[in-house]
Amino acid sequence: MTVSELVARADLKAAALPDGEREITGVYIGDLLSWVMGRAASGDAWITIMSNRNVAAVATLADTACVILAEGVQPDEGVAALAEQKGINLLLSGASAYDTALRLRDLL
Amino acid sequence: MSEVLSFHFDVDGNDFTCAGQASVQVKKNLRRLGLSPETIRRVSIAMYEGEINMVIHAGGGHAEVRVAQDAIEIILEDKGPGIADIEKAMQAGYSTAPDTIRSLGFGAGMGLPNMKRYTDSLDIQSTVGVGTRIVMRVNLDN
Repeated sequence: MTVSELVARADLKAAALPDGEREITGVYIGDLLSWVMGRAASGDAWITIMSNRNVAAVATLADTACVILAEGVQPDEGVAALAEQKGINLLLSGASAYDTALRLRDLL
Repeated sequence: MSEVLSFHFDVDGNDFTCAGQASVQVKKNLRRLGLSPETIRRVSIAMYEGEINMVIHAGGGHAEVRVAQDAIEIILEDKGPGIADIEKAMQAGYSTAPDTIRSLGFGAGMGLPNMKRYTDSLDIQSTVGVGTRIVMRVNLDN
């Protein structure tokens, strides 16, 4: 499933969607950035509550398909624009990390 | 090791929000060279961890990436406080990062362990009060 399809089907909001055709191949949940970078696989949808600029660097380096901010967390100022510029899909979910992951489980 | 190409970066220690720029640039450069995605991932993760460490602990420093035929070498140098106990610093979960850094999602004590995990060799030379020099090597399977 592509990131654009996920946005449409999982009731998510796109804060930045520069690469909507990117295929999602898995899911990773985590907030400790070193941990995420070491464990998230390329193509994962990364669910987190971290909303600062460093998330963009980690998403780029780990090559995740998209970042999903869960729990209704909003990106810090300038982060959505940065994501757009860096080619990172940044999605927003009002649900918890767990419920967001369950939705992905049903859709993937 | 015959050197083919090298990239040099100054890591700004004052702007934590910009940390990672050098690693992202290295990732782009290596991609252009046509290296395997797994190699690029290992190099850029190891370098990012080193870059973050320099920003958190040392007020910045210099990074150099040398691409040779058989390996990629990452050299990180700073004039920070040095590492008092390298063995302890290598333990997963051990961190001296302040709470402000932890609240940003860093300081999990995974930096040096990740650098070791993603490289084929890791050499740390550190003197308290003088600085730290780290050389990492990722072998290329030709």
